[in-house]
Formats: sequence, structure tokens, C-alpha cells
Amino acid sequence: MAKARVLIRPKEGILDPQGKAVEGALPALGFEGVGHVRVGRMVELEAEDPARLPELCEKLLANPLVEDYEIESIDGG
Amino acid sequence: MLWGVVQFPGSCDERDALRACSLLGEARLVWHEDRDLSGIDAVVIPGGFSYGDYLRGGAIARFSPVMEAVARFAAAGGPVLGICNGFQVLCEAGLLPGALLRNEELRFVCRQADLIPEGEANGHFATENVGQTTTRTLSIPVKHGEGRFYAPQEALDEIESRGQVAYRYAPGQNPNGSARDIAGVRNEIGNVLGLMPHPEHAVDPLTGSTDGLRIFEAVAGAREGGP
Amino acid sequence: MSESGTQAEQPAYEALGLTESEYELICEKLGREPNDVELAMFSLLWSEHCAYKHSRKLLRRLPTEGERVVMGPGENAGAVDVGGGWAVAFKVESHNHPSAVEPFQGAATGVGGILRDVFALGARPIALLDSLRFGEMDSERSRYLLDGAVRGIGHYGNSIGVPTVGGEIYFEAPYEHNCLVNAMCVGLAKREEMVRAAAAGIGNAVVLIGASTGRDGIGGASVLASAELGDGDDAKRPTVQIGDPFEESKLLECCLELLERKLLISLQDLGAAGLTSSAGEMASAGGVGIDLDVERVPLREPGMEPFEIMVSESQERMLAIVEPERVGEVLALCEKWQTGAAEVGAVTDSGRIRVLRGAEVLGDMPVEALVDGCPLYDLEPAEPESWIYGNRRELPAEAGVEESLLALLASPNVASKRWAFEQYDSIVGSRTVRRPESADAAVLALPEADTAIAVSIDGNGRRVACDPHRGTIEAVLECAQNLACVGAEPLGLTNCLNFGNPERRAPAWQLDRAVAGLAEACEALGVPVVGGNVSLYNEGPDGPIYPTPVVGLVGELPDPTRTASGFFARAGDAIALLGPFTPSLAGSELAKQRGELKAGLREVDVEAVRVAIEAVREAVRNGAVVSAHDVSDGGLACALAESAIVGGVGCRVDLAPLTEARGLSPEEALFGEGPGGFVLSGDPAALESLADDGVSVLLFGRVGGERLEIAADDESLSIPLADAARAWRSLGERFEPRV
Repeated sequence: MAKARVLIRPKEGILDPQGKAVEGALPALGFEGVGHVRVGRMVELEAEDPARLPELCEKLLANPLVEDYEIESIDGG
Repeated sequence: MLWGVVQFPGSCDERDALRACSLLGEARLVWHEDRDLSGIDAVVIPGGFSYGDYLRGGAIARFSPVMEAVARFAAAGGPVLGICNGFQVLCEAGLLPGALLRNEELRFVCRQADLIPEGEANGHFATENVGQTTTRTLSIPVKHGEGRFYAPQEALDEIESRGQVAYRYAPGQNPNGSARDIAGVRNEIGNVLGLMPHPEHAVDPLTGSTDGLRIFEAVAGAREGGP
Repeated sequence: MSESGTQAEQPAYEALGLTESEYELICEKLGREPNDVELAMFSLLWSEHCAYKHSRKLLRRLPTEGERVVMGPGENAGAVDVGGGWAVAFKVESHNHPSAVEPFQGAATGVGGILRDVFALGARPIALLDSLRFGEMDSERSRYLLDGAVRGIGHYGNSIGVPTVGGEIYFEAPYEHNCLVNAMCVGLAKREEMVRAAAAGIGNAVVLIGASTGRDGIGGASVLASAELGDGDDAKRPTVQIGDPFEESKLLECCLELLERKLLISLQDLGAAGLTSSAGEMASAGGVGIDLDVERVPLREPGMEPFEIMVSESQERMLAIVEPERVGEVLALCEKWQTGAAEVGAVTDSGRIRVLRGAEVLGDMPVEALVDGCPLYDLEPAEPESWIYGNRRELPAEAGVEESLLALLASPNVASKRWAFEQYDSIVGSRTVRRPESADAAVLALPEADTAIAVSIDGNGRRVACDPHRGTIEAVLECAQNLACVGAEPLGLTNCLNFGNPERRAPAWQLDRAVAGLAEACEALGVPVVGGNVSLYNEGPDGPIYPTPVVGLVGELPDPTRTASGFFARAGDAIALLGPFTPSLAGSELAKQRGELKAGLREVDVEAVRVAIEAVREAVRNGAVVSAHDVSDGGLACALAESAIVGGVGCRVDLAPLTEARGLSPEEALFGEGPGGFVLSGDPAALESLADDGVSVLLFGRVGGERLEIAADDESLSIPLADAARAWRSLGERFEPRV
């Protein structure tokens, strides 16, 4: 079984309302100089056939219209 | 009695809360950048989607300047009512235990619910039972996507044993999978109340039940009983 | 032209959707060929979606005047006077093609757009409604689109704090490849604070307010709406618009405060074709020119080209005209509301739209040519010889009346839509007197105006497909009937005309006949059309959608405490049918389930229905009825069942008086459809007293018990109410939770 972590984030160029709102709130909390915030989600899973993960991402985990995904394999037990 | 209803960017139900509070005294809006709560007898943090509910419901709002003032107000024993998003803000701010998570069915739900008021509070918030021999259910609407109350089991046991459960959904009416059917909780002292259902939408017979008035009365009563 | 397999070199204008003769006309009006920026702008404003090339001539037939009309067609939204210095603004708009591509964002931005149209007038949005149509529920794609659209509407409407108080959802095979998402918004304004869109005042500043401009929807709504959806969908996908309700909530408050403080000369929202269309329309309405400097537009993406900036459909933006000495105050107020603002241009007396980059002129076009110069086309209608849509049998031929009723109650078109409307906040704002499913129309209190309004949105594509003229008349009557059931009198109508390709003869005929029916019904009821929207080219590989005029009515009821509900309340109450209701199976849900749909609808006695509508309205206002529910999908048996199920109490009814009075078969009486039928319950004497010359009242039953018992000559059914309820509430069972 291969362990993997899928990171899903809004596509570059697509409006990210969440990222924008978080970024806008930061100065008021005392964080200057933080920008380009994008908010996505993370899915961890174990797969018998890692070769099918891209298909799984395209069909279910991400919305390929508006999101990019990145599959990281997690080493170790 | 002067109610202060906090308004964040993205608050929705603040005007509804203002209307409801105006039935029981005077009420004014408190802008989120305001730190001055002088003259205010009770604070209401209303429902809505402060900051769009982005990141986590209430997560950004709780850092607003007004929340520092609210925390001081609560620490001094002032009554604070958090409704729906307001409940989330209070949990994020640590003024109430637990957290509100996404509804079990993963959908926003807007419907009328029956609530069972509970517990002799520690000197406060018992006023809805004053003069009544039975505890009748209150019909109050819920409308939320992230209303599932959660705390670890040990924390839940503590909340229960300290009489901090303020309202539960009647059997079969839990709309979101909240632990132990909890719809609202108080802090230990009992002057801060958070609930997911919307009492401000149950104050006018024209638009629904009037059971929400009892909840506002209970909050007002907490002021009288307070330090 | 290349004869090989490669694509022939296509002229730019053609790739952008313009015909050769349209291009030549543009050259003629400019006195030269347009450059790229100008061509992009022309191609969008001359698209069907923006220019209404095939419908504008038809729409001139609609009655638009009335003494209560405050704003008519041509403004951002229509508005009617409700007394006391207050007006109610409202409009319905489609977002069909974007929703078929990405249902969540398509529906969400549809809601965002219609909200902006209403608050652009200075009206605070107080309600939303939506009319949705998809393919059959057994299609996975249709369930996906439905699910996404409902979540998108909920996401946007709930976040911004405007209640969604009504709507309708239909499932028909002809919408499989072309779903319909029509969003309606209602707003409240003080008449003296309302503002029009016309730009005015030479030298005044043009200020862009709201979100920054990115590449959203470039060539989006407009181009998509002018082409049928085919295999090329995927290539159109990158043009999805993303909505941000939090941004819009700030924008809304900011705009209303700007208007309250009288800081704006005029205001217009940015929708399809972005800056191009709003600047163009503002200039055209005001008879002035506008200069726009793309360098001053706040951008979200680096390196955007001028044409991209001009046609971007980034959401949550408004364009305002401001006197130069007040620009500072405007910018300061926008900063308070945490919404962007930038001075991007000026009003001129040139009568031209100029696109500048600093001092450089990148585009220079006469306003008239851009906004009103598009040629208008005549339709070439031809009635099809027979039913052009398919048929599919769902109900076995030997099904008896009980099985038929349960099948109809469970059918997605008839079944309770609670699964959907519970995902919408229907109560924020504290105005909602009648929530979804509690009555036939939504009722909203307007305490500041000392009155109340009712709103409904209705359509029936299948019946319009059977007969576009009669079917459209029926749609208007249905909507008016819904308002009557809560005691409201219609003040104004908005409509969205969703049709197929107008260049093809059958859809052209459907559109022509439907507009004629719309005009006729509005005139008969004395209701003006105050605005609306047209969406054409809704076709899939199997052909056009059902011709679907969607009608929205706003009506007034002076006393919101004198309104009825739609369901039975007390055992012992009498049940009566009021109205000239003469149902037939033509176009009915039963005919559909049997696979027997064909062209033709029974004739409508509009005057008799109008009289019945007034009678019900008065009866409700006078407190003469406990409940009023109009008969529509699934016929009388379904209407009775619905009143019983929602009321939680059964009924016993004998339809013999009806079959006898109207010469109907049992099946027609039970399941036939048509206008002019109201199911009323209440005190028998009170109901009887409603009968009058021209108003037929047939008492035929009693409320009570735990069963639905309906007899119709030699047919009868007796079903436990719980079974009927289970069937009627089964829609939600078809969905799984979403991640």
C-alpha cells in the first residue's frame, strides 16, 4: 500500500476568495509582508495502485476546472 | 437596558438581532473596529458569514478589535450572547468550550427546530424557567452549514457535569450531528451563552414563533444576576 | 480554403461570432476596419446575449406601462410603486450556459449578477428566487448539475444575507444538455433614493468600485450564450467566473451608503462583457461619451492586455459616475467598507467610447454604433408538423389510479423540493411571512412601507412546447394564481425567455408565439412587463430545449396578517374547487409518465380565469378561507394530496360535481392539468358564499382522517396519508453526501 498526500489548491489566475479574505485580514493582526495567500485542502490516503491516483484526483478530489492538485508520496510506515 | 449588537464585515443577521433586542430595550450596532462598549449592558454577536466564513467560521472575526473589548466585558461578568456564527466566534476566541464543525450531512440546513432548555445555571440563565413548573420546548429556526458542536469526550463530560449545556435539540431534531444533541452552551460562570439556533428569528408572530424572546429575556436576566 | 484536414484560416471576426455582413457594417460605422480592442468590444456587444438581435423586435409587443411602474425595461431592473414613498425593484436573469459548464460557480455568479442589477438601482435586495431546469433525475450529469446549482445558489445567497424565498425545479429530457438557471431578485428602495444608469455631466469622473479585474470569463457569458453547447465545451471552460459573496456584501453596503449620501450621479453593474457593456450602456442612455484608461483599472493578474481588461467578467464590480469634487468622499467610503475603488475615466461630450492607455488611444468607437448599431433580425418562424421532442414511458400501461397518484407524487417535477430549499436561508431579514412550501407564493413584510408583497416565479416548458401561445398564457396565469392564493394583486412582471436557436424555424416559431401569448396574458390581467431577459441558442445535440418562458410576479397585499396558507388545517373544514378549471391530459405530468406527449393544449378562457383570480384574492384577504392552493403539476389529485400532506391531515373528496359540471372523464378530473383551478378549504358556508356570477365554486369534500380518499365517478382511491407523504418527500433520497 502506498501512502500519499494530495494537495489541492485554486489554479493560478483563478480568483481565490478565501485566500483573498485571509490575506486582507493579516495586516490588522500585525502581519505585514505576507501575500499571495491561497487556501486549498489536503487529502491523505493509502492506495494499492498509485498509478490511478491522478485519475482519482481529476474525477473526485479536485475540480480540474478551477483547481490544481499535487500528489506527494509519503515515505515510511 | 442597552444591547450592543456586533457587526463584522459579512454579518447577516445583525439587523435581525437589533430588531429583536429592540423589543426588550434599546439596541445599537457596534462596528467590529470599535473597542468601546461603555454603556452597553449586554453584547450580542449575531449570525451570518463574518469574513465569508473563509478559513473557518469565525476564525478571522475573532481577531477583530471589538473582540478584545468583548472578552474584557465577559471577564467582568457582562452577559454575552453568540448566535450561530457568533457562537463560532466565541469558541474560536476561547470564551466558550468546544468547536463547531461542518454539518454531518455536509449541507446547509434551514429549518425550524425544537429545543429543550437545560440546566440550572450557576446563578445565571435560569430565568426562562422562572415561574414555570415545566420546561417546554422552544421552537427556533436553525440555518447553518457548520453547526455540529464538537468537543472531546472528557470535555463533553465536564461541560455536562458543570451544567454548561444550555439547550439541546429535541429527540429526532438534531439537524447537524452535534455531539449529545447540544444546541447551545454556557461558560462556567454562566454569563456567556452560545447557541446555533437563531432566537432573533423567533420574536414576531408574523414571521414565526415567539419563543426566541425567552432566550433574550434569559440573557437580560443574566445581567441582573451578574456582578 | 484548405482542402486538407487542417482548419481553414478563420477571419478573426468570425471566430468571435460576428457574421461577415455584421463586420462590414462595423467597418462602415467606424469608417475603417476595427482594431483588435475594438473588434473584441464589438463582438461582445453585438452578440445575441448583449444585443438581443433576434428578440428585440418581438419584445416591443409587450405592454410596459402602468401607473405603478417606476422603472421599466431598459434600466438595470424594473420597479413598481408600493406606496408611502417606497418602490420594489425586481428582475430575473439567466445564467444557463455558465451553469452547464460549472454549475456551482455558474449558479452562484448568476445570483451575484442579479443582486447587483437590483442594488445598482439603489434598492436593498430583500429576496431571491430561482427557477432551475435539468435533464431527468436518472441522469448522473443532471444530478451533478442540480446538486452544484443548489449549492451555488445557497453559497452565494446565504453568505450575502439575502433570503431565498421561493423557486421551482423541473426535470425534463430536453434540458439534459442545456440546463436552465434563472435567478430573480427583489429589492426595496425609497423612490427618492433610486438612481438610473444613464451617465451624465460632461467632465464627471467614471469610478470603478469593487473587486479587482482578472481574466474571469473572458469571452464568457456573452460568447457562450450565442453558441449552442456541443463538443467544444472543454475549450470554453477556462472562462469560468468565480463569485465571492463576501466581496459583494461589502460592495452592496458601500453602494447603498454612497447612494444614501447622494454621492453618485448614476450606477451600473458590470455583468456580461464587463467594462465594455456597462460603460457603453451608461453612455448610450445618457447620450454622452466616455473615456476609459485601462492603466488605471486595478488588476488582479499581471500583464493583462487592454482588450482583456475591457471584456473581463470578473465579478462584484460596479461602475459609477461621480462629480469630480466628490470623488475623494467616494474613495474614502469605499475604503471604510474594505472594497476597492479607482477613478478610471471621464464622461465626455464626444458621443464616443475611447479606450486609452495613459495618453495613447487604443480604441475609439461611436457609442451609438457599439451599443445600438447592431442589426436586428426578423425571425422566420415555421410551425413544426408534429411533436419534435421525444417521449418516454415511465408508468406501466395497466397502472391504476392509486399507483398513478403515488407515481406522480414521487415524480421529481411534482415532489416536494424540500431537499433543495432547506439548503437556502429563507428567513434572514425577518420579513418572510410565508416560507417555501407553506403557501403558493412567498410573502414578505415591508413594515417600513406599511404593506407587504408576494412573489412567485413560474414556468412550464413542457406545456409551452405543446402550444407556445397557450402555454405561455398559462404560465402567466399560473403565476398570478399563486399570488392570489396569498391574497396578493400583481403589480409588475419580469420574465426570462429561454429558447433554442432562433435561426432555426421551429424555435423561431416557438419564440414568436410565446411572446404573443405573454403580451396577451399581461394585457388581459392588466400587468405591465417591467423588465426581463432573453436567453437563446439553448440547444443540445438532440435539438432545442423546451421553449421555456419563466415568469416572475411581484404583487402587493396590504395586510400580511390577512394571508392564507396552502395546506389543510382543521378536520371538519370543507374543501371546494373554485374557478373555471377544465383540465385535460394534454401536456400533463401523467401524459409524460405514460410517454404520450404531443402537440396541442386546451383553449384557455383567460377572462374567466382572471375573474376567479380576483375572487380568490378577495376571499383570502377577507379571511373567508383557511387555505388556498392552485392546481398545477399532477392535477387536482396532487393538489389535494399536497394540501393534506403539508397540513398533516387527510381528506375525503368526491369529484363527481366536477366531472359532471365540466364533462370530464375520471382521469381528467384526477390528473388533468390546466389553469383556473383553486383548492380552497374552510367553513362550508364561507366557501359557498364565494360563488357568484362568473365564479364557480364546487364543494366536494371534507378535511379529516389519516387517508387520502378521492372518488371520481367509477374510479376511486384511498391511500394512507403517510404513504402519500413518503412518496412526495422522496426527492432527497436520490443524493449522496458531497465531499
